[in-house]
Amino acid sequence: MARTAEPLLRVEQLETQFFTRAGVARAVDGVSFEVARGEVLGLVGESGSGKSVTGFSILGLVDPPGRIVGGRVLLEGENLVDAGERRLRALRGNRIAMIFQDPMMTLNPVLRIDTQMIEAVRAHHGVDRAEARRRARDALGRVGIPAPEERLSAYPHQFSGGMRQRVAIAIALLNEPAVIIADEPTTALDVTIQAQILYEMQKLCGESGTALVWITHDLAVVSGLADRVCVMYAGRIVESGPVDAVLDRPRHPYTAGLIGSVPSRNRRGVPLAQIPGMTPSLLALPGGCAFRTRCPNAEADCAAEPPAERRPEAGRTLRCHHPVGEAVS
Amino acid sequence: MLVYLIRRLGQSALVLVVMAVLVFIGIYAIGNPVDVLISPEADLAEQQATIARLGLDRPLWEQLWLFLVNAVQGDLGRSFVHGVPALRLILERLPATLELALVALVVALSVGVFLGLWAGLKPDALLGRSIMTGSILGFSLPNFWLGLMLILVFAVLLQWLPAGGRGETVDLLGIRTSLFTLDGLSHLLLPAITLALYKTSLVIRLARAGTREVVLQDYVKFARAKGLSPSRVIYVHVLKNIMIPVVTVVGLELGSMIAFAVVTETVFAWPGIGKLLIDSIVNLDRPVVVAYLMMTVFIFILINLAVDLLYSLLDPRVRLSEAGA
Repeated sequence: MARTAEPLLRVEQLETQFFTRAGVARAVDGVSFEVARGEVLGLVGESGSGKSVTGFSILGLVDPPGRIVGGRVLLEGENLVDAGERRLRALRGNRIAMIFQDPMMTLNPVLRIDTQMIEAVRAHHGVDRAEARRRARDALGRVGIPAPEERLSAYPHQFSGGMRQRVAIAIALLNEPAVIIADEPTTALDVTIQAQILYEMQKLCGESGTALVWITHDLAVVSGLADRVCVMYAGRIVESGPVDAVLDRPRHPYTAGLIGSVPSRNRRGVPLAQIPGMTPSLLALPGGCAFRTRCPNAEADCAAEPPAERRPEAGRTLRCHHPVGEAVS
Repeated sequence: MLVYLIRRLGQSALVLVVMAVLVFIGIYAIGNPVDVLISPEADLAEQQATIARLGLDRPLWEQLWLFLVNAVQGDLGRSFVHGVPALRLILERLPATLELALVALVVALSVGVFLGLWAGLKPDALLGRSIMTGSILGFSLPNFWLGLMLILVFAVLLQWLPAGGRGETVDLLGIRTSLFTLDGLSHLLLPAITLALYKTSLVIRLARAGTREVVLQDYVKFARAKGLSPSRVIYVHVLKNIMIPVVTVVGLELGSMIAFAVVTETVFAWPGIGKLLIDSIVNLDRPVVVAYLMMTVFIFILINLAVDLLYSLLDPRVRLSEAGA
């Protein structure tokens, strides 16, 4: 894959913590990754692994009691963590856009679609309403909404879930951003609609060179869509690399567990494998490696200290003391 | 929409008729107006003549029938005391009350929504908490006491504002109003504040609860993710959503402000329909009391209809269907 030297978006040692009464939750704990122009990065993890908070942190949309406490988010070389609210506002929806999980909740129910689209254009470009409306109509057309001119005057409740997500995608695409963060945008949709939207997102981003960070818990989606994948567990990236390599030869026991628990036609009748236990509470993480309480490979040294990041092969990272397929020492 | 309106009007007419019967029978049960109207020295013949003239000698059902037939023709009877049609008496006094209620409504809405929005956006700030504590005070202060205290401070001690009465008025499209003279406004201020305080507290609490709920919604976060300015997010995305419950409740409260401004009007000697009602009850002026109640019911019906229509404007998900009402 061809990559430019400087990535569009580079996240370095990002740390976001929630200061609750019960204690400090380290939702994002030293996350680093980068996305190049036209690249699709899959950010995979269970609920509560910190993948959505990572997305919100990148846009500076973490609400109190949460706060970014460390690290850098470099968008085209500019550090967003240090940027002021005014500068962030100028970038949000313009250079970097976000699509949310639940399309039924993302659009304001009392405002017409055109109002919600025109304001997104006019927040960043000094164009008149007619021009903004024309751009909105074109964007609706691009995401496959039939009769976009008439649909502009409709209210969100007059759309189905899939159509609403298309509208949200159209809004994200409006100002031709460099990066789109998509937070499980197809989770709430039917499988057939899901496939259509995945296909279109891939096509649209490929055409415009937009980088895409696709947050999901669905490995099947990642395998079909992403170029590279980061697997998150308890606020950390435990494994990353090119999507084929990671999914074919997972090194981290957690990744292997996730892949093993995907239902498959080839294993009909065989009980589905699952990862024992549940995602630990971020307020009460086990010491050492956070995954060790659920890990089949765990040994005494896993409790001693958290595994450092290492590079088992070119383009891959791994945080594990006892990776899959490595002789026990 | 049209079918909906026709159906609503039909229902309203039914409510009016039922109310008329209830009010007429209810009022018949209290006291004999003849005792108040005729001097004790009058002889029996004079008494009989008066009773016959007022129609009080006829059986109840006949009086009721006559009342209903006349009411349909817009005649709610003549005031025993003033000798003029009761409806005209009420319509003469109505502008004063409407003016008072509308000003109170505007005060309650503007102050209440603004403070409630603020308290909802900053629930933990000192000012946000103070607003909420203040609204509890606004709920609990009795109307008459507040009115008296305002008079004491602003009219007696400081002598900034007049203590009562309506002040100078001008005619606007045939309606007397004090909204356009300085003297009229100065007379209006204290009673309007008195009447508005309770509603303001109510609106503050509604707006705050709505704001706290709405700011957590994904669509607010999405609006921020679009890069909109905070003022656009608050005054368009949040405000329009919290206005739905506020308009519903305030609409209903407007009716009660018009109908039950009685206490405030009495304290400030405001010549509105509330004061007229009190005077008429004291004098057992049956037609005026009945006409007042009928007018109140009519206003309530009108406001409810207006609220429903406004509701569908604010919330596009609400369709005024032919089936529902």
